Amino acid sequence: MAARLDVRKTYKLYVGGKFPRSESGRSYEVTDAKGRFVANAAMASRKDARDAVLAARAAFAGWSGATAYNRGQVLYRVAEVMEGRHAQFAEEVARAEGLTAAKARAVVDAAIDRWVWYAGWTDKVAQVAGAANPVAGPYFNLSVPEPTGVVAVLAPQASSLLGLVSVVAPVVAGGSTCVVLASERRPLPAVVLGEVLATSDVPGGVVNLLTGVTAESAPWLASHEDVDALDLAGAAPLPGEDATVDWGALEAAAAATLTRVVRPAGSATSEEPAVEPDWTVLPDGPRRVLAFMETKTVWHPKGR
Amino acid sequence: MPTFEYAPAPESRAVVDLQPSYGLFIGGEFVDPVDGTSMKTVNPATEEVLSEVAVGGAADVDRAVKAARRAYERTWSRMPAAERGKYLFRIARILQERGRELAVLESLDNGKPIRESRDVDVPLAAAHFFYHAGWADKLAWAGLHGAALGPDGVPLPLGVAGQVIPWNFPLLMLAWKVAPALATGNTVVLKPAETTPLTALLFADICRQADLPPGVVNIVTGAGATGAALVGHPDVDKVAFTGSTAVGREIARTVAGSRKKLTLELGGKAANIVFDDAAIDETVEGIVDGIFFNQGHVCCAGSRLLVQETIAEEVVGRLQQRMAQLRVGDPLDKNTDVGAVNSAEQLQRITDLAAVGDAEGAQRWTAPCPLPENGFWFSPTLFTNVSPAHTIARDEIFGPVLSVMTFRTPSEAVTKANTTPYGLSAGIWTEKGSRILWMADRLRAGVVWANTFNRFDPTSPFGGYKESGYGREGGRHGLAAYVKEA
Amino acid sequence: MTATTPALTDRVRDVLGSTTLDDASLRRWLHGLPGVDEVGAHGRAAMLGTRSVKTTSKAWALDLAVSMVDLTTLEGADSFGTVRSLCAKARVPDADDPACPKVAAVCVYNDLVPVAVEALAGSGVKVAAVTTAFPSGRASLPVKLADTRDAVQAGADEIDMVIDRGAFLSGRYLKVFEEIVAVREVCDEAVALHGRRAHLKVILETGELSTYDNVRRASWLAMLAGGDFIKTSTGKVSPAATLPVTLVMLEAVRDWAALTGEIIGVKPAGGIRTAKDAIKHLVLVHETAGERWLDPDLFRFGASSLLNDLLLQRRRMRTGVYASADRLTLAT
Repeated sequence: MAARLDVRKTYKLYVGGKFPRSESGRSYEVTDAKGRFVANAAMASRKDARDAVLAARAAFAGWSGATAYNRGQVLYRVAEVMEGRHAQFAEEVARAEGLTAAKARAVVDAAIDRWVWYAGWTDKVAQVAGAANPVAGPYFNLSVPEPTGVVAVLAPQASSLLGLVSVVAPVVAGGSTCVVLASERRPLPAVVLGEVLATSDVPGGVVNLLTGVTAESAPWLASHEDVDALDLAGAAPLPGEDATVDWGALEAAAAATLTRVVRPAGSATSEEPAVEPDWTVLPDGPRRVLAFMETKTVWHPKGR
Repeated sequence: MPTFEYAPAPESRAVVDLQPSYGLFIGGEFVDPVDGTSMKTVNPATEEVLSEVAVGGAADVDRAVKAARRAYERTWSRMPAAERGKYLFRIARILQERGRELAVLESLDNGKPIRESRDVDVPLAAAHFFYHAGWADKLAWAGLHGAALGPDGVPLPLGVAGQVIPWNFPLLMLAWKVAPALATGNTVVLKPAETTPLTALLFADICRQADLPPGVVNIVTGAGATGAALVGHPDVDKVAFTGSTAVGREIARTVAGSRKKLTLELGGKAANIVFDDAAIDETVEGIVDGIFFNQGHVCCAGSRLLVQETIAEEVVGRLQQRMAQLRVGDPLDKNTDVGAVNSAEQLQRITDLAAVGDAEGAQRWTAPCPLPENGFWFSPTLFTNVSPAHTIARDEIFGPVLSVMTFRTPSEAVTKANTTPYGLSAGIWTEKGSRILWMADRLRAGVVWANTFNRFDPTSPFGGYKESGYGREGGRHGLAAYVKEA
Repeated sequence: MTATTPALTDRVRDVLGSTTLDDASLRRWLHGLPGVDEVGAHGRAAMLGTRSVKTTSKAWALDLAVSMVDLTTLEGADSFGTVRSLCAKARVPDADDPACPKVAAVCVYNDLVPVAVEALAGSGVKVAAVTTAFPSGRASLPVKLADTRDAVQAGADEIDMVIDRGAFLSGRYLKVFEEIVAVREVCDEAVALHGRRAHLKVILETGELSTYDNVRRASWLAMLAGGDFIKTSTGKVSPAATLPVTLVMLEAVRDWAALTGEIIGVKPAGGIRTAKDAIKHLVLVHETAGERWLDPDLFRFGASSLLNDLLLQRRRMRTGVYASADRLTLAT
């Protein structure tokens, strides 16, 4: 009897809770760490980025309006669903990043735990970063963090899953929604994550995942007037490679609408290539959550 | 024309698997008491015996504290904080999954309406575990000033916590106690109330399902002596108690002179203050919720209604109309608003205090609600013509009895509200925001609700001023009670 | 300007405590009503929504709900045929069950009133007409009155008018009041024509009023002006009838009855599609306004698809098995 032919997976974009191909019809070859063909991924276009921002904006009212408790439950649910697909993630990560099976499993463990970590922050960030301010007068005065809006995220290029979760989870934990450019050369774990998000309780449009060429899509997102913040983590190139993205230029483009920017780590200026951090290190508090939040201060008189 | 009747809609008891008897939960397993005896726990709505439960003696308490100490030293304090948090997440999920079972059992054992155990007690208990699960590995950011820090800069736990909880919210009070203790790295010995041990014993099974390491949570059932043995045990590092002010005083005396950390959440006689510009329909609902929620067995119940004179008559009239609609009866009926008084003893106390109200000249009005024949019941009751000097205006009744007084100005309302040895909670009803904040500044109470009452949330600290106790439970502030001081 | 009939003038004076009737006096009165706390109202409505109604009570409630339905079709594509079909359904909602009650009324646009009157003759089912430039109400008063008069003359038993929400929201309460009074007078012309008054339902379009304070004020204004019923919505604006909105309106008729002795009806319309929703509303009626209002003369459902769901549940209770909509007749 002939060996059974396996059914291969199609890797698509994840926008507005659906899995479209690129409107451009383009795709590109994704290879494993040794350069062997793995699959074709959709190559997102300028218009896909535009659609993703629309989807993120549409989802913002509902997601930011959900209670912090509810968002925490939803993020924890992502961890639960990911745990159920542990083996699949480990295989994708091993292939994409060239890790041993054991190391890939450890990466997936850490990625799941990272969702749990941020699930716990949703209803605590206001308690840690908010304040009752003792103003000199008969006024009640309270400062609380609120989500900023739509965040464009350049996901890390090397750490295709743990790095991705480490930048996406804090954005949604705080109540913002996002458009994510997955690692250009290692995009497949991101697509699987999209499938997890679609089958957990995350509302469609809260996280939108685009695969494709970072340098092509990033400028459109950076200059987009309806993007409120920009995380440039993915501007750091793969180790030993040249940068394809000029993060200084992206920051400058964002300046037109005073889009908030989180710079990539590891270089004094954008003249030097940024360096991707070690994502296995536990985050230093809710810094990344607060990076995508505004502080609102409310005054109210006290009197009879 | 037929009238609109809600036919009985009882929640099925079949979801609950009651055993004829229960031992103590020590070191991860159910064991028979060493020097203890046993007691019967009854359904207060029918007086039917539900089960026989062990009464832990001093040797049992000692065994439980030793188990907790061992678990603290060998596993719980050595475990990475994130893993500790994941156990709490697991417990939270199981509480949700077994929610209906817990709700039915709570209503059977306590007498509270299934609507409340299902919609309030159980979901809040689960939420409490979720919230504290997240804190386990974030204590470094909790602003716990003055805490002793470990080498990684994280606040250190105390060790073994001895916790004694009341019968009014058995599972929820368990959650308030156990969740922060475990999240901060302590292990616990918990003594549930004498009349309501069953959900705590089911919780023991939930710990088992969650694979919680043995000894991290120990449950020793019993009565006052068991609690006293626990509180007085020399190897307990922390005592947490919720209950009456009288017992709280005793505990404070017992603990005096030791290095045990102590938090007390005690009685109250909350003022619920209604101004004439209040949203009247919602205010009436809030007054009803404030005093008749959980049969008034609530330490923060709005048991003193202070109404502005200009609308006193209207408010009392509307209140009586609304009270007449309350459905008193079978706690397992989904349409029941007010359930059974938890015990014969408590019913006697309520009856006696209400009689004192009559004797001192207050005017009693009782809602015309039919009561079941068996079980412990007290009709929703309202006293007018109450003066601040009356016993029913000063003493905590802990039952469905509301004392109504009036005031004329905000300052007078504040004075009347604060004239009590208690200081747990207060309510303010007005559409004027600045008046709410002015009043809140002056009310000597740990929780002030405005245009709502009896709201609870794991993120929100709870606890009293004055003789309502000290320390806070819940929220970021509640963590402080469970970490070591530098 | 003062109200047109002496009786109305007297009532306005009694209720407002003012002899002048203008925007300012109406504003003082309406804004002096107690506020509605949104969170509290939602909580109360949600709690009542958990009431469980079983067995004989449920059977009775379902029948009552059927008898309270204003079976409605308000589409540009309505034809003589669709209206006749609807009327047939109104007379005999469930062809398999003669014990099934008739609905309260059939509600149509005014040009289709003659068709409905003919089709329902002798059935006891009332004919209701939406008028006053329904649903927007954006027309001059003479046009609104002509619209209403047309329906009254054609034999409509009930008139469903819309208030001028633009005027209401900009504080021109007198205009809103006067329009209701004027439409009410046209409704009264039916006495001479048909020997009975046409009952007036005043649609507040609560989805456009935005706040519960406004819903309460609009309710009181409509009752002051002589509406027989206050009705939530046209069904053309979302949100339409919700439990909290119905709750606030039931509180208004309860308090109005306590103040004046007049019993005003309430009609939630739009968005009530299931028997479960309908029963939640009946629980609200029972616990807010009281038993007296559990009567098709005082409580109605403006609905179309609701009827068949009520019938499905009736069947389910009668036969013990879940019923299929394929066995029910279509409304149009």
